[in-house]
Formats: sequence, structure tokens, C-alpha cells
Amino acid sequence: MGAVAVDEQGLRVALPRGTRLETGWLVGGIAAALGAVVLGLWLGPVSIPPGRVMLELLDRLPVIDIDSGLSVSDRAIVWDLRAPRVVLGLLVGGLLAGSGAAYQGVFRNPLADPYLLGIAAGAGLGATLAIVSGVGDGIGVVDPVPLAAFVGALVAVAAAGMLGTRRGRSGTASTLILAGVAVASFLTAVQTYVQQRHAESLRQVYSWLLGRLSTSGWGEVGLLAPYAVACVVVLTLSVGALDVLAVGDDEAASLGMRPRRVRLVVLGAASLGAAAAVAVSGLIGFVGLIVPHVVRRLTGVSHRQVIPLSFLFGGAFLVLTDIAARTVQAPAELPIGVITAFIGAPFFLLILRRGSEA
Amino acid sequence: MTARVPNEPVAPGRTAAVDVAWAGAAVQRGGRRVVDGVDLSVSGGSWVSLLGPNGAGKTTLVRTLAGSGLDAGSVSIGGRSLGDLSARERARLIAVVPQHPVIPPGIAVFDYVLLGRAPHQGLRFAASEEDRRRTHAVAQRLDLDELSTRTLESLSGGERQRVVLARALAQDTPVLVLDEPTTFLDVGHQLAVLELIAELRAERSLTVITTMHDLSVAGQFADTVAVMSAGRLIAHGRPAQVLTPELIETCWGVAATTTVDGHGGVTVAVQRRREVPLWPGRARVTEPPESSTPTTLEPTR
Repeated sequence: MGAVAVDEQGLRVALPRGTRLETGWLVGGIAAALGAVVLGLWLGPVSIPPGRVMLELLDRLPVIDIDSGLSVSDRAIVWDLRAPRVVLGLLVGGLLAGSGAAYQGVFRNPLADPYLLGIAAGAGLGATLAIVSGVGDGIGVVDPVPLAAFVGALVAVAAAGMLGTRRGRSGTASTLILAGVAVASFLTAVQTYVQQRHAESLRQVYSWLLGRLSTSGWGEVGLLAPYAVACVVVLTLSVGALDVLAVGDDEAASLGMRPRRVRLVVLGAASLGAAAAVAVSGLIGFVGLIVPHVVRRLTGVSHRQVIPLSFLFGGAFLVLTDIAARTVQAPAELPIGVITAFIGAPFFLLILRRGSEA
Repeated sequence: MTARVPNEPVAPGRTAAVDVAWAGAAVQRGGRRVVDGVDLSVSGGSWVSLLGPNGAGKTTLVRTLAGSGLDAGSVSIGGRSLGDLSARERARLIAVVPQHPVIPPGIAVFDYVLLGRAPHQGLRFAASEEDRRRTHAVAQRLDLDELSTRTLESLSGGERQRVVLARALAQDTPVLVLDEPTTFLDVGHQLAVLELIAELRAERSLTVITTMHDLSVAGQFADTVAVMSAGRLIAHGRPAQVLTPELIETCWGVAATTTVDGHGGVTVAVQRRREVPLWPGRARVTEPPESSTPTTLEPTR
């Protein structure tokens, strides 16, 4: 039992808690993410008995030593093909959804998503330049396409941030959005131009833009992990500040907060995470928009719940959609962005309708 | 489990009342001086109402208490210059009830009132048990217990105004600023809010600063009224001294009669300035009823 207060009749009543991350939802989110991981390891073009996958997973836990009975090739499929891809899906989905929730909170706008300030356009231009210049065909150890996409995304956000905060009543949310829209249009125009000039790479560019979770071993996961950790830590520490910022800059300032600083920190972390996700996976749409909305419908508007649960459910969602992407037309793969929209949109509409009826 | 039942009063009052003073305060907006050299001292624990026509600079002046900068002069609170305080220190001294508060969609009453504790929290804005206790006490004081899980959107205008006031009180500041606190309320709820503010002022030794349009309301509740016109302070004093028909004529350009009651409260009745087209039937009811029987509106009687 929690803290106690006294009501007017002198009776003890439970002191209201205020919204916080509810254990039930946290457990549910973790279970969803773990469940998606297990499904992701189990399902694929090659059928592997789920029981053995579970045993194999248990075997990897410290102290436990079980023979799962998987053949060497099955074990390779699970650990070298499926596991990196599942973990990558978990990270990318979580980052896109978590930064989407943060963007929506900072801009107090339900239509905001992580691509609002030009990340998609910047990454698209970076990747296109790397592909058409031919450096994408592998030089050295670093794959240049994600690197170029990452740099492009960060340059775009930084440009939008600087252009949107320079003059006058600097740094209001709406000047930032407008600067982001302008930067994105400009970069998209450049990207389209470059793409047109190099029609021979059209297919490669197009396939990058649509997004995918293909991996070659654990390399992509390793690239993404540090940014993912930074993004998750900063955003998780900012949930209270985001709740205060919900009353707008003026009132947040009168409550002792410095709204511009909070916005800078939160957008910085969210953009870093989203840029890293986009760099390794291409432009996967919809996740950053719908997952936070679904979470909000289920749990209420407080960022104390929305941010952590968006990470978890976003990760789970993308792992599940990736299963569909690689099994529906096996051995061919569908672009995952197609699946996120195809599954996400109707589900989102269902949640919207149920919410408005309730 | 340590369920501690506090013995102290639920709303621990401020004992030290805090003065607020503007000295030569000026604010420029778009090349115009919207606040122009205002010197105004408000004694700790008193209630001052800023009056003046639209555009006189009332709201701009009170906003200088919430961190919007001065272009010249200074504002001090409890003898400390506001410019020397951090945002957090300022928010522990001054709570603001804005005229148009931003209501986050879907937020519950308790969570909203809890936001008032922000200046007392760390960088993570995590609510301590003390924060929740104070919030609960304020909610209880303003009869919001029953509403604590409702969303603000589902409340009536009067309830919502109490919730916003509760957030400001949860800040536990010695100074309370209210910008047009009664704008969207009917007369009954207007009085209810102002009576509540008067009680809370006494309980907590609050220094209350309000902007207002309704002269009668200001004349009856405020200890002093400060009248602004075109960015300047043109009068400050007891309502009975300041709210005279002459000043009202000068400042607002309307003819008014004033009545001063035994406690120095002033009611102001404003008259129509010129003949305007009226419904012809209306002119037939010329005499006010002699007794207290209600007037009927049937023109043929």
C-alpha cells in the first residue's frame, strides 16, 4: 500500500500516485518484445521447431547448458541470420517509435514523426550520393551507404535546428517545424535530381529508400547500438520534462523550466537515434507515427508511460512486421515499409475507432 | 509500511509575506513602449488589481514576473531583483495563472495539479511523496478530490479554473499572479473564484496580483487598484480613492456612478454613452417597478 493522506472527515485515504510507468504495462511491453524475438528466431523460410529454438535460447543463458538438438546449419540460421536481424528490428523499431513519441511531445503535435526535421530527406540524399558515386560497392571495412545516410540525416537536422532558431523569437516549435519542412524539401529536390542523373542506380536507390532490415552478421547491430543506448537513456530521463513541456513554452518557463534547452536535448537525442536507425535500415515509415499513438490510446498521455512503452512496442512491432516481410513471398522479400503501413494503418484505424466509441 | 498521518495543517501557509516592486519598468514590443516607466510597489500579503483599457500594458507588466524580460528598469521580489534569479528560483517565488492556460489533451486533474510541483523537483521532474502530499492537500482545499482522475477537457469552465488555480497553489509560492482570472466565468462562478482567492490569500499570506476588466470586482476584492493607460501607471491606491467617476471617464471614456460600501469596497455602474436604436416596444416599460415584484416584459400591459 502506498502513502496515505487524510480526507476532510479525518479518514485515511490513499494518496493519489500521479501517472507513472505502471508495472503491468512495463511487463507487457517486455513480454511483447521478447515474444516477438522468439517468433522472429523461430519463423522463416526454413522451418525450425520452436521448442528447439527455445532450448537453444536457454542454452545461451549463463550457467544453463542444454542440448537443443539443432543441427549445425539450423544453429547457423538462428544465430547468424535470424538473430542479428531480429535484434536490429528491435532496435530500429524501438528507436523510431521512441523518437517519434519524443518529437510528438516536444512539438505538441500528434502528426510529428522522427522525419519531421529532415532526417529522411538528409539520409536519402546521403545514401543516394554514396550509391551513385559507386563507393557503395564496398571499400574497406566500413559500408559507406549507412555512413553517408547517417551524416546526411544529422546535417539535415542540424541545418533545420540552426535555421529554425536563429532569428527573432528564436526557437519556438513552429519555426523549427517550418525550417525542417524547408530543409527536407530542398534536400529531396537535390536527391531527386541526383537520382535522375544516374538512372542506372535507380533500382538500388529505390530499394534503399523503401527500407529493409537485411543484415550481414552483427555489423549493423554494432553500428547502431551506441546511438540506441544514448537515445534510450536520454529520452527515458526526459519523460518528466516532456510532461511539463506539454503546457507550452510560456507556462513551462513559469514552472521553472528552460523549454528551449529541454527541446534541444530531447530533439538531439531523438534525432541521433532516428538517424542511426535510418542509416542502417533505410526509410521505414509509419512506425514512429503510429506506435506512440497506439501506446497513448492504451495508457494515457503521460510521457512516463508513452516513451518507454514506445521503445518496447515499437521494437516488437517491427520484428513482427519483418517476419511478414521475409515470409509472405519467401524466398523473395517485401520491403518492410510496405508491411508496416499495410498492417499498421488498419490497426491504427481500429484503435482510433474503439477509442472514440469508449 | 510507514503510513504517516501528518498532524500539521494540510496547506502549510507562508508566514513571511513578500513585497513585489517595479522600478522604472519598461517593455518594448515592435518599437512601441507597451510598458513605459512603471513604478509600483505591492506590499507583502496584499492584493493589487491592475486595471486599464485593452492594450494599456497590464498583461505585459504581469508577464515580467513570469520571466519575460524588461527593456529598462527592474522588478524585485522580496528585495531580490528578479533578473538575478534562475528560472527555478523564480518559479518558487511566483506562481502564474495565465488567462488562456494550455491544457494538454487527455491530462488528468491530479497530474495537472502535480505539474505545479515542478520547480521543487530535480532535473528528471520525478514527484516525491512530499510533492504528492502537497498536491493532494491543495486539491482537497479546492474541492477537487472527486475530480482527480477526470481529464481537464471533461470539466466545466468553473471547475477548470479551480484546477488551474490549484496548480499555481501547488507551486507553494508567496506570490500569486492571475491574468484575468474570471474572463470565461458566469457571475456566480466569478465570485466563487475570487472569494476563494481572498480566503487563500489570508490563509497563506499571499501577495496577489491580478489583471482585471471588471471594475466592480476589482473594487470589492482588491486592497489596492493600479490603473494603467497607454503603458503608464496613472493611479494606485485604495479602490475608494482611485475608482472615481472622473478617473473612469478619463481612462475608459465612459460615464459611471460608483458606490462605496462600509468596508471601502467600490461598485461601479456604467451607463450607456449615447442613444442607440432600441426595440420600439422596449420604451413602453419606462418606470422601474416600485415594489420588488419582478418586471414583466410584455409591452402591452
